[in-house]
Amino acid sequence: MEAILGIIIAALLSQNFILVKFYGICPFMGVSKKIDTALGMGMAVTFVMALASAACWVVNEFLLVPLNLGYMQTVAFILVIASIVQVVEMFLKKAVPALYKALGVFLPLITTNCAVLGVVLVNVQEGYNFLISVINGAAGGLGFTLAIVLFASIRARVDKANPPECFQGFPIALITAGLLALAFMGFSGLSIF
Amino acid sequence: MNFKKQFKEGLLTKNPVTVQLLGMCSTLAITTSLFNGLGMGAAVTIILICSNVLISALRKVIPSQIRIAAYITIIAGFVTVVDLFLQAFIPDLAESLGVFIPLIVVNCIVLGRAEAFASKNGVLASAVDGLCQGIGYTVALTIVCVIRELLGSGTFGGGLLNGGEGIRLIPAEYPAMQMVMPVGGFLVLGFVIAGSQWLMQHLEKKNKKKEAAK
Repeated sequence: MEAILGIIIAALLSQNFILVKFYGICPFMGVSKKIDTALGMGMAVTFVMALASAACWVVNEFLLVPLNLGYMQTVAFILVIASIVQVVEMFLKKAVPALYKALGVFLPLITTNCAVLGVVLVNVQEGYNFLISVINGAAGGLGFTLAIVLFASIRARVDKANPPECFQGFPIALITAGLLALAFMGFSGLSIF
Repeated sequence: MNFKKQFKEGLLTKNPVTVQLLGMCSTLAITTSLFNGLGMGAAVTIILICSNVLISALRKVIPSQIRIAAYITIIAGFVTVVDLFLQAFIPDLAESLGVFIPLIVVNCIVLGRAEAFASKNGVLASAVDGLCQGIGYTVALTIVCVIRELLGSGTFGGGLLNGGEGIRLIPAEYPAMQMVMPVGGFLVLGFVIAGSQWLMQHLEKKNKKKEAAK
């Protein structure tokens, strides 16, 4: 139980996927212009990360390890992730068309979000069991959501500011993210257990 | 085919990092020493060339509905090759880049060039494109590395020069540790991109003046 809590705290704050570990910077920068879309993206990523952690654990444990195919990890995992994203996309299209429309083009892009492949690879490297893998995936996704929503909220203000010409757009957004990362550095000493 | 134009695009006007803003994760995460930057740059360049060549050669065979999945599988294959090669021959680099080597699979630069260039152009042009974009990525990465390493550790060429310790330029008690931490990555990359935007705006103004003078 304590270990689980520790993993959740780490994934959310002290080892935040975006601001400390640098996974998933592309959507963090690309989909953070509006708070609504940022939240939707965060939720979709969280769901896919939890599902991918579960599926890849099963694939690794029952397919790759018994067959001594450890070197095929990257290829196998990315295919699993791509199919999960595809299935989620088809399911949402049929079952929850409203959410599907809101997420739009961001859904297929989750495949190339390195947070998903990153968390799966870390799970295997650390030798987490099934439960811990899924929790790590879900908590990592929540950490991603937290960071992207915070950043989108700040960015709404930054966009109205008037920086020097060469800083407009992306550079000032990166510097904002840097300050946010500085704030999250304050969590780095945080470990309960 | 225009090698000079492609090279200029890769290096400055369409630089994958500073202009197309692709592959941010690795650019931010591993740029803490010159060794990391050059190693990562070389790895991505090799993968870019190989995947561009293969995808370009197969561009008429792959059905367009499943092309992304096919591209990712091809890229993942090359990434695995590079990953195993580094683990076997340059274990220091493999250890310091860690999970970011397998993560090259989802590096948008590689997939982006496959989709934007290799799927539409011949094999040779695609190979040149891979090389130019790879060099552009490496140069941007190296610049960020040098700045971060200098400010954060006070050294130059860590992991490479002076028996792996690098040449010390700032006394050990002064460097700001934060610069080799995540904060520094965001800040330095922000300033580097601002610098490249300034450079391009500057060149554009110069060109306009030239034209006006004509």
